[in-house]
Amino acid sequence: MNPEYYLILAAALFCIGAVGVLVRRNAIVVFMCVELMLNAGNLTLVTFARTNGSVDGQVMAFFVMVVAAAEVVVGLAIVMAIYRSRRSASVDDANLLKC
Amino acid sequence: MDEIEYASATGAFSYLWLLIALPALGALFLLLAGRRADKWGHWVGVATVASSFGLGLWMFFSLRGLTDKTAYQELFQFLSVGDLTIDAALLFDPLSAVFVLLITGVGSLIHLYAVGYMEHDEGRRRFFGYFNLFVAAMLLLVLGGNYFMMFVGWEGVGLASYLLISFWQMKPSAATAGKKAFLTNRVADVGFVLALFTMIGAVGSVDFDAVFNAGIDGQLTSGVTLALGLLLLLAAVGKSGQFPLQTWLPDAMEGPTPVSALIHAATMVTAGVYLIARSHIIFELNSTVQTTVVAIGAITLLFGCIVGCAQDDIKRILAWSTVSQIGYMFLAVGLGGAALALGIIHLLAHGFFKAGLFLGAGSVMHGMNDQTDIRRFGGLWKKMPWTYATFAAGWIAIIGMWPFSGFFTKDPIILAAFAREGWQGWVFGGSALLGAAITAFYMTRLFVLTFHGPKRWTDPDHHPHESPPVMVVPLVFLALGSVGAGFLLAAGVPEWLSPVFGETTLAYGHLGHTEVMILTLSAVVLGAALAWWLFRSGGEKVQQPARTAIVRAARSSLYGDRANELVLETPGRFLTNASVWIDNRGVDGIVNSLAATIGGSSRRLLRLQTGYVRSYALSILFGAVLVVAALLVVFVG
Repeated sequence: MNPEYYLILAAALFCIGAVGVLVRRNAIVVFMCVELMLNAGNLTLVTFARTNGSVDGQVMAFFVMVVAAAEVVVGLAIVMAIYRSRRSASVDDANLLKC
Repeated sequence: MDEIEYASATGAFSYLWLLIALPALGALFLLLAGRRADKWGHWVGVATVASSFGLGLWMFFSLRGLTDKTAYQELFQFLSVGDLTIDAALLFDPLSAVFVLLITGVGSLIHLYAVGYMEHDEGRRRFFGYFNLFVAAMLLLVLGGNYFMMFVGWEGVGLASYLLISFWQMKPSAATAGKKAFLTNRVADVGFVLALFTMIGAVGSVDFDAVFNAGIDGQLTSGVTLALGLLLLLAAVGKSGQFPLQTWLPDAMEGPTPVSALIHAATMVTAGVYLIARSHIIFELNSTVQTTVVAIGAITLLFGCIVGCAQDDIKRILAWSTVSQIGYMFLAVGLGGAALALGIIHLLAHGFFKAGLFLGAGSVMHGMNDQTDIRRFGGLWKKMPWTYATFAAGWIAIIGMWPFSGFFTKDPIILAAFAREGWQGWVFGGSALLGAAITAFYMTRLFVLTFHGPKRWTDPDHHPHESPPVMVVPLVFLALGSVGAGFLLAAGVPEWLSPVFGETTLAYGHLGHTEVMILTLSAVVLGAALAWWLFRSGGEKVQQPARTAIVRAARSSLYGDRANELVLETPGRFLTNASVWIDNRGVDGIVNSLAATIGGSSRRLLRLQTGYVRSYALSILFGAVLVVAALLVVFVG
């Protein structure tokens, strides 16, 4: 089995995710796109784990999933808080950090 | 020469510090006491100086009883850095003894006189405070047991002289004169400080005995003695108003007259002579330096004489004559050997008669409503008999007429100048002789125009009057000094100073004693007679047009101020302006443009901070792409 196909798929997923983060305004969609990029990363890790015949990559992928889950919990909480105060889930409305 | 060793002070000399402490405490009291002491404070000032004089007399007689004629008192350690230690020490030897007596003796008389002179001045208490401060600093100068202590006193008298010259600060001319004196003296003080450093570098000590013994043992190279001599000479030239730093002294006459008498005639300006006399061992090691001192003395004495002839302000004439008389002293101490003592006796005699002349001038001004122009006096001899008589004594003394003091002190200096070998004897002796003739001329002019001839007062209703007794009594004492002091000094002082200076007998050179005496006396008589004949009928009432170049030059003080302006002030100002320009454009330019660059780029970078998450994400992406590209270049390319 040629690992190249998997890597190309991962790259495509990553690009879709990246473009999504860059162009979408809705915070939820942005999050989903971030997940997509993480999954692309996971896919490469698993692919290389198979190629090298070791389980290191698999373990790393698990860690990434755990961290992503935790991050989504925190992120969604922030999105909820912003939505409550501003009645909007658009990331462009939350630009208070600019100077 | 034998090595120099100072015996430590015991007995009477354990109170040596009190000599300085008394006037210093007086100054402290007067300056802190405030208005309460206005009515009687000046008597405190007189009392402290008078008691210092009493103490000085006691010590003088105690010193006579000692065999080694020195008393060295170490008060405390001033500082200790590495191998260098400087003690606060005092030295009482025959040389400082005569100076102490001069300063406190003449100082007491001038203090007494000032009580009367400053009677109507609001700042009289402050004046006496400064006056006492001056006496304390001057005593520290002459009693200092090493060059450093001497320097402390040296700066102290500079400060006191500044305060006293600009005493009437509301007058712009007085304020300017004070500043000028202060600045010129600082120029000279640089010489003193560098000399101190040279001593520390070459000998590792600033003690008199250490420096002198190093010189006697031949440890100092000729370069060091040359540098040391010239630097000390620079210091002395500034303090004594000698060529080329003479311009401050005549301007210093803006201060009250007792100041002119005490500081600018009797004591402070002679400090330069004291410095050279004290360091005579260094000067004797290097003949170049000695010749320089003699030359400066000769130039200055002629310089002062020539300018003195062309001035019309009574105090300025006296100031220029001080410049010229100190030229004689420089000449004498520069000649070295037995002539050193001659310089000192002329200094002492000059202290008497010049202080008397200044105080007499003050008395005339007192009676003439502060008029100082001698063309506006005349006929005062009937109105002010005491001032007239005492001034006459000072006049005969300063021109060096037998049997008054100047004759016994100036005549031997001229003799000693002729004794120098080769052409130098003729040049220096000739200048000294010529100086004596011109001195007789302008002093007679001053005397005749002031006291004789028709009245030339601007206000016909004005009635000049004799000064009060408190001013006349000091005048009488100083006149007695002018009459008798010279003979007594010439008889006793060289012998008395021999422990410090060594030999006392003069060598004869080109001309013998009798010849010089006849020459000098006839020169003096000639000069005086010429002036008397020219000015007996009153002379010029307004300033005559200056026909010759020399008169024009003399009227403007031989262009001393203009030379300073040309040589020092203009280049200095140019240098300052150039530095300011370089500072603005260069240093500040670099700093400011650096700041502007950083500020500008930060403003540009600021625009990146939009607060939009997506734009941050884009920049992260850019960064990631950049890192990947770099990795590709490294690994693949």
